[in-house]
Amino acid sequence: MRALLALIAALLLWEALVRLTGLPPYLLPSPLAVGGALWTHRAEIAPAALLTGWETLLGLMLGAVLGVGTAVAMALWPRLGRALSPGLIVSQTIPVFALAPILTLWLGFGMAPKVAMVVLIVFVPVAQALYDGLMSPPSAQLDVARTMGASNWAELRHLRFPAALPRLASGLRLGAIYAPVGAVIGEWVGGARGLGALMIHANGRMRIDLMFAALFVVVALSLTLYTVIDRSLSRLLRARGF
Amino acid sequence: MRPTVSGEVPGLFGPLELVLEPGRLTCLLGASGVGKSTLLRLLAGLPTGVEFRGRVASQPAALMGQDPGLFSWLSAARNIGLGARLRGQRVDNARVAALIRAVGLEGLERRLPASLSGGQRQRVALARTLAEDRPLVLLDEPFSALDVALRLQIGDMAARLLAGRTVLMVTHDPAEAARLGDRILVMTPAGLTANPAPPGPVPRPHDAPEVLAAQAALTGRLLA
Ligand SMILES: Nc1ncnc2c1ncn2[C@@H]1O[C@H](COP(=O)(O)OP(=O)(O)OP(=O)(O)O)[C@@H](O)[C@H]1O
Ligand SMILES: [Mg+2]
Repeated sequence: MRALLALIAALLLWEALVRLTGLPPYLLPSPLAVGGALWTHRAEIAPAALLTGWETLLGLMLGAVLGVGTAVAMALWPRLGRALSPGLIVSQTIPVFALAPILTLWLGFGMAPKVAMVVLIVFVPVAQALYDGLMSPPSAQLDVARTMGASNWAELRHLRFPAALPRLASGLRLGAIYAPVGAVIGEWVGGARGLGALMIHANGRMRIDLMFAALFVVVALSLTLYTVIDRSLSRLLRARGF
Repeated sequence: MRPTVSGEVPGLFGPLELVLEPGRLTCLLGASGVGKSTLLRLLAGLPTGVEFRGRVASQPAALMGQDPGLFSWLSAARNIGLGARLRGQRVDNARVAALIRAVGLEGLERRLPASLSGGQRQRVALARTLAEDRPLVLLDEPFSALDVALRLQIGDMAARLLAGRTVLMVTHDPAEAARLGDRILVMTPAGLTANPAPPGPVPRPHDAPEVLAAQAALTGRLLA
Protein backbone atom coordinates (compact mmCIF):
# COMPACT_ATOMS: atom_id res chain seq x y z
CA MET A 1 0.00 0.00 0.00
CA ARG A 2 2.76 2.42 0.96
CA ALA A 3 4.71 1.32 -2.12
CA LEU A 4 1.68 2.14 -4.28
CA LEU A 5 1.39 5.62 -2.75
CA ALA A 6 5.08 6.23 -3.33
CA LEU A 7 4.69 5.13 -6.95
CA ILE A 8 1.75 7.49 -7.50
CA ALA A 9 3.67 10.34 -5.91
CA ALA A 10 6.69 9.68 -8.13
CA LEU A 11 4.49 9.60 -11.25
CA LEU A 12 2.84 12.89 -10.28
CA LEU A 13 6.23 14.47 -9.68
CA TRP A 14 7.48 13.19 -13.03
CA GLU A 15 4.40 14.53 -14.84
CA ALA A 16 4.78 17.89 -13.12
CA LEU A 17 8.48 18.03 -13.97
CA VAL A 18 7.87 17.37 -17.67
CA ARG A 19 5.09 19.97 -17.84
CA LEU A 20 6.93 22.68 -15.93
CA THR A 21 10.25 22.33 -17.76
CA GLY A 22 8.65 21.75 -21.14
CA LEU A 23 11.13 18.98 -21.94
CA PRO A 24 10.50 17.66 -25.45
CA PRO A 25 8.93 14.15 -25.45
CA TYR A 26 11.93 12.67 -27.36
CA LEU A 27 14.09 13.45 -24.32
CA LEU A 28 11.71 12.58 -21.52
CA PRO A 29 8.09 11.67 -22.19
CA SER A 30 5.53 12.30 -19.47
CA PRO A 31 3.96 9.32 -17.68
CA LEU A 32 0.70 10.07 -19.47
CA ALA A 33 2.48 9.89 -22.81
CA VAL A 34 4.08 6.59 -21.78
CA GLY A 35 0.68 5.25 -20.74
CA GLY A 36 -0.70 6.35 -24.09
CA ALA A 37 2.13 4.58 -25.93
CA LEU A 38 1.50 1.48 -23.87
CA TRP A 39 -2.10 1.48 -25.06
CA THR A 40 -1.59 2.37 -28.73
CA HIS A 41 1.21 -0.14 -29.18
CA ARG A 42 -0.41 -2.90 -27.15
CA ALA A 43 -0.56 -5.20 -30.20
CA GLU A 44 3.21 -4.89 -30.47
CA ILE A 45 4.04 -4.95 -26.76
CA ALA A 46 1.90 -7.88 -25.63
CA PRO A 47 3.52 -10.61 -27.78
CA ALA A 48 6.97 -9.16 -26.99
CA ALA A 49 6.23 -9.32 -23.26
CA LEU A 50 4.94 -12.86 -23.63
CA LEU A 51 8.11 -13.96 -25.40
CA THR A 52 10.41 -12.26 -22.89
CA GLY A 53 8.41 -13.70 -20.00
CA TRP A 54 8.62 -17.16 -21.50
CA GLU A 55 12.38 -16.93 -22.03
CA THR A 56 12.77 -15.72 -18.47
CA LEU A 57 10.72 -18.57 -16.99
CA LEU A 58 12.48 -21.23 -19.04
CA GLY A 59 15.89 -19.85 -18.16
CA LEU A 60 14.97 -19.52 -14.52
CA MET A 61 13.82 -23.13 -14.29
CA LEU A 62 16.79 -24.51 -16.22
CA GLY A 63 19.23 -22.37 -14.25
CA ALA A 64 17.68 -23.44 -10.96
CA VAL A 65 17.83 -27.13 -11.90
CA LEU A 66 21.44 -26.81 -13.06
CA GLY A 67 22.39 -24.84 -9.96
CA VAL A 68 20.78 -27.33 -7.59
CA GLY A 69 22.37 -30.26 -9.45
CA THR A 70 25.81 -28.65 -9.33
CA ALA A 71 25.60 -27.78 -5.63
CA VAL A 72 24.40 -31.28 -4.72
CA ALA A 73 27.17 -32.91 -6.78
CA MET A 74 29.73 -30.61 -5.15
CA ALA A 75 28.49 -31.52 -1.69
CA LEU A 76 28.37 -35.23 -2.48
CA TRP A 77 31.92 -35.35 -3.91
CA PRO A 78 34.08 -33.10 -1.74
CA ARG A 79 36.89 -33.12 -4.30
CA LEU A 80 34.56 -31.75 -6.94
CA GLY A 81 33.33 -29.20 -4.43
CA ARG A 82 36.84 -28.03 -3.56
CA ALA A 83 37.73 -27.83 -7.25
CA LEU A 84 34.63 -25.91 -8.32
CA SER A 85 33.91 -23.57 -5.42
CA PRO A 86 36.63 -21.01 -6.33
CA GLY A 87 35.24 -21.18 -9.86
CA LEU A 88 31.80 -20.19 -8.61
CA ILE A 89 33.24 -17.11 -6.95
CA VAL A 90 35.36 -16.14 -9.97
CA SER A 91 32.39 -16.57 -12.29
CA GLN A 92 30.48 -14.04 -10.22
CA THR A 93 33.07 -11.43 -11.15
CA ILE A 94 32.48 -11.97 -14.89
CA PRO A 95 30.03 -9.40 -16.28
CA VAL A 96 27.79 -12.05 -17.77
CA PHE A 97 26.14 -9.48 -20.03
CA ALA A 98 29.40 -9.16 -21.95
CA LEU A 99 28.87 -12.75 -23.03
CA ALA A 100 25.62 -11.98 -24.85
CA PRO A 101 27.24 -11.42 -28.28
CA ILE A 102 29.19 -14.66 -27.99
CA LEU A 103 26.05 -16.56 -27.01
CA THR A 104 24.32 -15.16 -30.10
CA LEU A 105 27.28 -16.24 -32.19
CA TRP A 106 27.13 -19.76 -30.78
CA LEU A 107 23.40 -20.29 -30.50
CA GLY A 108 21.95 -18.16 -33.29
CA PHE A 109 19.20 -15.57 -33.21
CA GLY A 110 16.34 -17.65 -31.80
CA MET A 111 15.26 -18.11 -28.22
CA ALA A 112 18.25 -20.25 -27.24
CA PRO A 113 20.85 -17.52 -26.55
CA LYS A 114 18.34 -15.50 -24.50
CA VAL A 115 17.41 -18.51 -22.40
CA ALA A 116 21.11 -19.35 -22.05
CA MET A 117 21.76 -15.81 -20.81
CA VAL A 118 19.12 -16.21 -18.12
CA VAL A 119 20.49 -19.64 -17.20
CA LEU A 120 23.97 -18.18 -16.73
CA ILE A 121 22.62 -15.41 -14.54
CA VAL A 122 20.45 -17.68 -12.37
CA PHE A 123 22.81 -20.62 -12.12
CA VAL A 124 25.59 -19.01 -10.10
CA PRO A 125 23.64 -17.52 -7.17
CA VAL A 126 21.54 -20.66 -6.86
CA ALA A 127 24.53 -23.02 -6.88
CA GLN A 128 26.54 -20.78 -4.57
CA ALA A 129 23.78 -20.27 -2.01
CA LEU A 130 22.75 -23.92 -1.91
CA TYR A 131 26.34 -25.16 -1.73
CA ASP A 132 27.05 -22.84 1.22
CA GLY A 133 23.95 -24.19 2.96
CA LEU A 134 24.82 -27.81 2.23
CA MET A 135 28.31 -27.32 3.67
CA SER A 136 27.12 -25.78 6.95
CA PRO A 137 24.49 -28.09 8.44
CA PRO A 138 23.34 -27.41 12.01
CA SER A 139 25.89 -29.14 14.23
CA ALA A 140 23.63 -30.82 16.83
CA GLN A 141 21.56 -32.34 14.03
CA LEU A 142 24.74 -33.49 12.31
CA ASP A 143 25.83 -35.23 15.54
CA VAL A 144 22.48 -37.01 15.64
CA ALA A 145 22.69 -38.14 12.02
CA ARG A 146 26.26 -39.38 12.44
CA THR A 147 25.55 -41.42 15.58
CA MET A 148 22.47 -42.87 13.92
CA GLY A 149 24.72 -44.26 11.20
CA ALA A 150 23.50 -42.22 8.24
CA SER A 151 25.35 -42.75 4.95
CA ASN A 152 26.72 -39.68 3.18
CA TRP A 153 23.80 -39.77 0.80
CA ALA A 154 21.21 -40.11 3.60
CA GLU A 155 22.90 -37.29 5.48
CA LEU A 156 22.66 -35.10 2.39
CA ARG A 157 19.09 -36.04 1.60
CA HIS A 158 17.58 -35.97 5.09
CA LEU A 159 19.68 -33.31 6.82
CA ARG A 160 21.91 -31.13 4.67
CA PHE A 161 19.44 -30.50 1.87
CA PRO A 162 16.35 -29.71 3.95
CA ALA A 163 18.44 -27.58 6.31
CA ALA A 164 19.77 -25.64 3.31
CA LEU A 165 16.34 -24.87 1.85
CA PRO A 166 16.24 -21.29 3.21
CA ARG A 167 19.60 -20.62 1.54
CA LEU A 168 18.36 -22.16 -1.70
CA ALA A 169 15.33 -19.89 -1.48
CA SER A 170 17.53 -16.79 -1.17
CA GLY A 171 19.53 -17.94 -4.19
CA LEU A 172 16.33 -18.40 -6.18
CA ARG A 173 15.02 -14.98 -5.15
CA LEU A 174 18.27 -13.37 -6.27
CA GLY A 175 18.09 -15.32 -9.54
CA ALA A 176 14.48 -14.23 -10.09
CA ILE A 177 15.42 -10.55 -9.71
CA TYR A 178 18.12 -10.70 -12.38
CA ALA A 179 16.51 -13.21 -14.73
CA PRO A 180 14.30 -10.84 -16.81
CA VAL A 181 17.23 -8.44 -17.26
CA GLY A 182 19.17 -11.37 -18.72
CA ALA A 183 16.47 -12.09 -21.27
CA VAL A 184 16.20 -8.40 -22.22
CA ILE A 185 19.96 -8.08 -22.73
CA GLY A 186 19.94 -11.21 -24.87
CA GLU A 187 17.22 -9.67 -27.04
CA TRP A 188 19.06 -6.39 -27.19
CA VAL A 189 22.17 -7.94 -28.65
CA GLY A 190 20.75 -10.41 -31.06
CA GLY A 191 17.11 -10.59 -31.92
CA ALA A 192 14.17 -9.01 -33.62
CA ARG A 193 11.56 -9.99 -31.05
CA GLY A 194 10.89 -9.55 -27.35
CA LEU A 195 10.86 -6.48 -25.14
CA GLY A 196 14.63 -5.94 -25.47
CA ALA A 197 14.44 -5.79 -29.26
CA LEU A 198 11.38 -3.55 -29.04
CA MET A 199 13.28 -1.13 -26.81
CA ILE A 200 16.30 -1.00 -29.15
CA HIS A 201 14.12 -0.36 -32.16
CA ALA A 202 12.02 2.27 -30.39
CA ASN A 203 15.20 3.98 -29.31
CA GLY A 204 16.55 3.95 -32.84
CA ARG A 205 13.35 5.52 -34.16
CA MET A 206 13.39 8.13 -31.38
CA ARG A 207 10.16 6.66 -30.03
CA ILE A 208 11.17 7.32 -26.45
CA ASP A 209 7.60 6.97 -25.20
CA LEU A 210 7.45 3.43 -26.62
CA MET A 211 10.85 2.68 -25.12
CA PHE A 212 9.63 3.78 -21.72
CA ALA A 213 6.44 1.78 -22.18
CA ALA A 214 8.49 -1.36 -22.87
CA LEU A 215 10.73 -0.56 -19.92
CA PHE A 216 7.67 -0.24 -17.73
CA VAL A 217 6.53 -3.68 -18.85
CA VAL A 218 9.97 -5.17 -18.06
CA VAL A 219 9.79 -3.75 -14.55
CA ALA A 220 6.23 -4.99 -14.06
CA LEU A 221 7.26 -8.43 -15.34
CA SER A 222 10.23 -8.58 -12.96
CA LEU A 223 8.21 -7.46 -9.96
CA THR A 224 5.43 -9.94 -10.69
CA LEU A 225 7.88 -12.79 -11.13
CA TYR A 226 9.75 -11.89 -7.96
CA THR A 227 6.59 -11.48 -5.92
CA VAL A 228 5.14 -14.81 -7.05
CA ILE A 229 8.40 -16.66 -6.38
CA ASP A 230 9.03 -14.89 -3.09
CA ARG A 231 5.51 -15.60 -1.81
CA SER A 232 5.49 -19.27 -2.83
CA LEU A 233 8.96 -19.88 -1.39
CA SER A 234 7.99 -18.23 1.89
CA ARG A 235 4.83 -20.30 2.09
CA LEU A 236 6.71 -23.53 1.32
CA LEU A 237 9.35 -22.77 3.93
CA ARG A 238 6.81 -21.83 6.57
CA ALA A 239 4.93 -25.08 6.01
CA ARG A 240 8.20 -26.91 6.66
CA GLY A 241 8.87 -25.17 9.94
CA PHE A 242 11.40 -22.55 8.82
CA MET B 1 32.37 -55.04 26.48
CA ARG B 2 32.91 -52.15 28.87
CA PRO B 3 32.79 -48.79 27.12
CA THR B 4 35.81 -46.91 28.41
CA VAL B 5 37.39 -43.46 28.22
CA SER B 6 40.80 -43.14 29.79
CA GLY B 7 43.00 -40.12 29.42
CA GLU B 8 43.08 -36.40 30.10
CA VAL B 9 42.32 -33.02 28.63
CA PRO B 10 45.18 -30.71 29.68
CA GLY B 11 43.79 -27.69 31.46
CA LEU B 12 40.34 -29.21 31.86
CA PHE B 13 40.59 -32.53 33.67
CA GLY B 14 43.51 -34.68 34.81
CA PRO B 15 44.04 -38.36 34.01
CA LEU B 16 40.84 -40.28 34.65
CA GLU B 17 39.25 -43.53 33.65
CA LEU B 18 35.54 -43.84 32.97
CA VAL B 19 34.42 -47.45 32.65
CA LEU B 20 30.73 -48.21 32.10
CA GLU B 21 29.28 -51.40 33.53
CA PRO B 22 27.50 -53.39 30.83
CA GLY B 23 23.75 -53.46 31.32
CA ARG B 24 23.89 -50.79 34.03
CA LEU B 25 22.82 -47.19 34.24
CA THR B 26 25.66 -44.91 35.30
CA CYS B 27 24.83 -41.37 36.41
CA LEU B 28 27.48 -38.70 35.95
CA LEU B 29 27.36 -35.46 37.94
CA GLY B 30 29.73 -32.54 38.29
CA ALA B 31 30.09 -28.78 38.06
CA SER B 32 29.13 -27.00 34.88
CA GLY B 33 32.02 -26.90 32.41
CA VAL B 34 34.00 -29.70 34.03
CA GLY B 35 33.84 -31.91 30.94
CA LYS B 36 30.85 -34.25 31.32
CA SER B 37 29.50 -33.63 27.83
CA THR B 38 33.02 -33.99 26.51
CA LEU B 39 33.29 -37.53 27.95
CA LEU B 40 29.93 -38.39 26.45
CA ARG B 41 30.89 -37.09 23.03
CA LEU B 42 34.12 -39.08 23.17
CA LEU B 43 32.09 -42.23 23.81
CA ALA B 44 29.81 -41.32 20.90
CA GLY B 45 32.81 -40.88 18.62
CA LEU B 46 31.98 -37.22 17.99
CA PRO B 47 34.44 -34.31 17.71
CA THR B 48 34.87 -32.43 21.00
CA GLY B 49 36.68 -29.17 20.30
CA VAL B 50 39.14 -29.89 23.13
CA GLU B 51 42.45 -31.73 23.03
CA PHE B 52 41.91 -35.19 24.48
CA ARG B 53 44.95 -37.37 25.15
CA GLY B 54 44.16 -40.98 25.80
CA ARG B 55 42.08 -43.77 24.38
CA VAL B 56 38.41 -44.52 23.91
CA ALA B 57 36.85 -47.95 23.57
CA SER B 58 33.20 -47.75 22.69
CA GLN B 59 30.40 -49.38 20.79
CA PRO B 60 27.51 -48.21 18.60
CA ALA B 61 25.61 -45.67 20.65
CA ALA B 62 22.30 -43.86 20.76
CA LEU B 63 22.81 -40.23 21.72
CA MET B 64 20.65 -37.56 23.24
CA GLY B 65 22.89 -34.52 23.28
CA GLN B 66 22.59 -31.52 25.56
CA ASP B 67 21.28 -29.71 22.48
CA PRO B 68 18.95 -32.50 21.37
CA GLY B 69 19.11 -31.44 17.71
CA LEU B 70 15.56 -32.08 16.62
CA PHE B 71 15.07 -31.72 12.88
CA SER B 72 12.99 -28.55 12.75
CA TRP B 73 11.29 -29.49 9.47
CA LEU B 74 10.09 -32.90 10.69
CA SER B 75 7.03 -33.55 12.83
CA ALA B 76 7.43 -35.03 16.32
CA ALA B 77 6.57 -38.50 15.03
CA ARG B 78 8.98 -38.26 12.11
CA ASN B 79 11.73 -37.07 14.42
CA ILE B 80 11.17 -40.15 16.56
CA GLY B 81 11.38 -42.41 13.51
CA LEU B 82 14.43 -40.58 12.18
CA GLY B 83 17.04 -43.28 12.82
CA ALA B 84 15.35 -45.87 10.65
CA ARG B 85 14.80 -43.33 7.89
CA LEU B 86 18.45 -42.28 7.96
CA ARG B 87 19.62 -45.88 7.69
CA GLY B 88 17.19 -46.58 4.85
CA GLN B 89 15.14 -48.97 6.98
CA ARG B 90 11.39 -49.20 7.33
CA VAL B 91 10.05 -47.03 10.14
CA ASP B 92 8.26 -49.10 12.81
CA ASN B 93 5.16 -46.96 13.22
CA ALA B 94 3.71 -49.04 16.05
CA ARG B 95 6.88 -48.55 18.01
CA VAL B 96 6.90 -44.83 17.33
CA ALA B 97 3.29 -44.62 18.53
CA ALA B 98 4.14 -46.57 21.68
CA LEU B 99 7.04 -44.24 22.45
CA ILE B 100 4.85 -41.18 21.88
CA ARG B 101 2.47 -42.57 24.49
CA ALA B 102 5.33 -43.43 26.82
CA VAL B 103 6.57 -39.83 26.86
CA GLY B 104 3.04 -38.43 27.06
CA LEU B 105 2.89 -36.68 23.70
CA GLU B 106 -0.35 -38.17 22.31
CA GLY B 107 -2.08 -35.69 20.06
CA LEU B 108 1.11 -33.76 19.35
CA GLU B 109 2.72 -36.24 16.97
CA ARG B 110 2.13 -34.11 13.86
CA ARG B 111 3.43 -30.89 15.39
CA LEU B 112 6.71 -29.36 14.25
CA PRO B 113 9.31 -28.84 17.01
CA ALA B 114 8.99 -25.05 16.84
CA SER B 115 5.38 -25.33 18.00
CA LEU B 116 6.22 -27.49 21.04
CA SER B 117 7.26 -26.35 24.52
CA GLY B 118 10.84 -26.88 25.66
CA GLY B 119 9.86 -29.86 27.79
CA GLN B 120 7.78 -31.35 25.00
CA ARG B 121 10.74 -31.03 22.64
CA GLN B 122 12.95 -32.73 25.17
CA ARG B 123 10.50 -35.62 25.38
CA VAL B 124 10.53 -35.98 21.58
CA ALA B 125 14.33 -36.18 21.71
CA LEU B 126 14.18 -38.78 24.48
CA ALA B 127 11.69 -40.88 22.54
CA ARG B 128 13.92 -40.63 19.48
CA THR B 129 16.88 -41.89 21.48
CA LEU B 130 14.86 -44.72 23.03
CA ALA B 131 13.72 -45.74 19.54
CA GLU B 132 17.32 -46.54 18.65
CA ASP B 133 18.22 -50.15 19.30
CA ARG B 134 21.80 -49.66 20.42
CA PRO B 135 23.77 -51.46 23.15
CA LEU B 136 25.07 -48.15 24.51
CA VAL B 137 22.82 -45.21 25.33
CA LEU B 138 24.24 -41.74 26.08
CA LEU B 139 21.91 -39.17 27.63
CA ASP B 140 23.07 -35.61 28.33
CA GLU B 141 20.73 -33.98 30.87
CA PRO B 142 17.68 -35.66 29.33
CA PHE B 143 15.12 -34.30 31.81
CA SER B 144 16.51 -30.82 32.54
CA ALA B 145 13.50 -29.02 31.04
CA LEU B 146 10.78 -31.07 32.75
CA ASP B 147 8.65 -30.22 35.77
CA VAL B 148 8.98 -32.29 38.96
CA ALA B 149 6.08 -34.62 38.20
CA LEU B 150 7.15 -35.33 34.62
CA ARG B 151 10.75 -35.71 35.73
CA LEU B 152 9.73 -38.55 38.06
CA GLN B 153 7.30 -40.15 35.65
CA ILE B 154 9.45 -39.94 32.49
CA GLY B 155 12.64 -40.75 34.37
CA ASP B 156 11.10 -43.94 35.74
CA MET B 157 9.72 -44.83 32.33
CA ALA B 158 13.13 -44.31 30.69
CA ALA B 159 14.92 -46.38 33.33
CA ARG B 160 12.49 -49.25 32.73
CA LEU B 161 12.76 -49.06 28.95
CA LEU B 162 16.55 -48.92 29.19
CA ALA B 163 16.85 -51.90 31.53
CA GLY B 164 19.58 -54.23 30.31
CA ARG B 165 21.37 -51.61 28.23
CA THR B 166 24.59 -49.85 29.07
CA VAL B 167 23.61 -46.28 29.86
CA LEU B 168 25.55 -43.14 30.70
CA MET B 169 23.32 -40.34 31.93
CA VAL B 170 24.64 -36.87 32.71
CA THR B 171 22.52 -34.97 35.24
CA HIS B 172 22.72 -32.03 37.60
CA ASP B 173 20.01 -33.43 39.86
CA PRO B 174 21.19 -35.51 42.89
CA ALA B 175 17.63 -36.80 43.41
CA GLU B 176 17.57 -38.14 39.87
CA ALA B 177 20.95 -39.83 40.29
CA ALA B 178 19.84 -41.42 43.57
CA ARG B 179 16.65 -42.76 41.97
CA LEU B 180 17.99 -43.89 38.60
CA GLY B 181 21.68 -44.66 38.97
CA ASP B 182 23.00 -48.19 39.38
CA ARG B 183 26.25 -46.33 39.79
CA ILE B 184 26.84 -42.68 40.60
CA LEU B 185 30.00 -40.88 39.53
CA VAL B 186 31.01 -37.35 40.39
CA MET B 187 33.43 -35.56 38.09
CA THR B 188 35.90 -32.87 39.19
CA PRO B 189 38.99 -31.50 37.44
CA ALA B 190 40.95 -34.02 39.55
CA GLY B 191 39.06 -36.99 38.15
CA LEU B 192 36.09 -39.26 38.85
CA THR B 193 34.93 -40.52 42.22
CA ALA B 194 32.30 -43.19 42.73
CA ASN B 195 29.48 -42.47 45.17
CA PRO B 196 27.59 -45.35 46.73
CA ALA B 197 24.20 -45.85 45.08
CA PRO B 198 21.19 -46.78 47.22
CA PRO B 199 20.28 -50.47 47.24
CA GLY B 200 17.55 -51.91 45.04
CA PRO B 201 16.81 -51.99 41.33
CA VAL B 202 16.18 -48.78 39.41
CA PRO B 203 13.94 -46.85 39.22
CA ARG B 204 13.77 -46.47 42.97
CA PRO B 205 10.94 -44.67 44.78
CA HIS B 206 11.79 -41.01 45.20
CA ASP B 207 10.83 -40.97 48.89
CA ALA B 208 12.52 -44.17 50.12
CA PRO B 209 14.77 -43.34 53.11
CA GLU B 210 17.88 -44.79 51.45
CA VAL B 211 17.23 -42.77 48.30
CA LEU B 212 16.76 -39.58 50.31
CA ALA B 213 19.92 -40.30 52.28
CA ALA B 214 21.92 -40.92 49.11
CA GLN B 215 20.52 -37.72 47.61
CA ALA B 216 21.57 -35.74 50.68
CA ALA B 217 25.05 -37.27 50.70
CA LEU B 218 25.46 -36.55 47.01
CA THR B 219 24.30 -32.95 47.42
CA GLY B 220 26.90 -32.59 50.17
CA ARG B 221 29.60 -33.92 47.86
CA LEU B 222 28.65 -31.54 45.09
CA LEU B 223 28.73 -28.59 47.50
CA ALA B 224 32.11 -29.57 48.92
N1 LIG C 1 33.86 -26.85 20.83
C1 LIG C 1 34.58 -26.43 21.88
N2 LIG C 1 35.64 -25.63 21.69
C2 LIG C 1 36.38 -25.18 22.73
N3 LIG C 1 36.12 -25.50 24.00
C3 LIG C 1 35.07 -26.29 24.26
C4 LIG C 1 34.26 -26.82 23.22
N4 LIG C 1 33.30 -27.56 23.77
C5 LIG C 1 33.50 -27.52 25.09
N5 LIG C 1 34.57 -26.76 25.39
C6 LIG C 1 35.08 -26.49 26.73
O1 LIG C 1 35.30 -27.71 27.37
C7 LIG C 1 34.90 -27.61 28.73
C8 LIG C 1 33.98 -28.76 29.06
O2 LIG C 1 32.78 -28.64 28.35
P1 LIG C 1 31.60 -29.67 28.57
O3 LIG C 1 30.54 -29.33 27.59
O4 LIG C 1 32.14 -31.04 28.52
O5 LIG C 1 31.12 -29.31 30.04
P2 LIG C 1 29.95 -29.99 30.90
O6 LIG C 1 30.59 -30.64 32.08
O7 LIG C 1 29.09 -30.82 30.05
O8 LIG C 1 29.18 -28.70 31.42
P3 LIG C 1 27.59 -28.47 31.59
O9 LIG C 1 27.19 -29.12 32.86
O10 LIG C 1 27.50 -26.98 31.70
O11 LIG C 1 26.92 -29.01 30.38
C9 LIG C 1 34.23 -26.25 28.91
O12 LIG C 1 35.10 -25.43 29.65
C10 LIG C 1 34.05 -25.73 27.52
O13 LIG C 1 34.29 -24.36 27.50
MG1 LIG D 1 27.23 -30.61 29.31
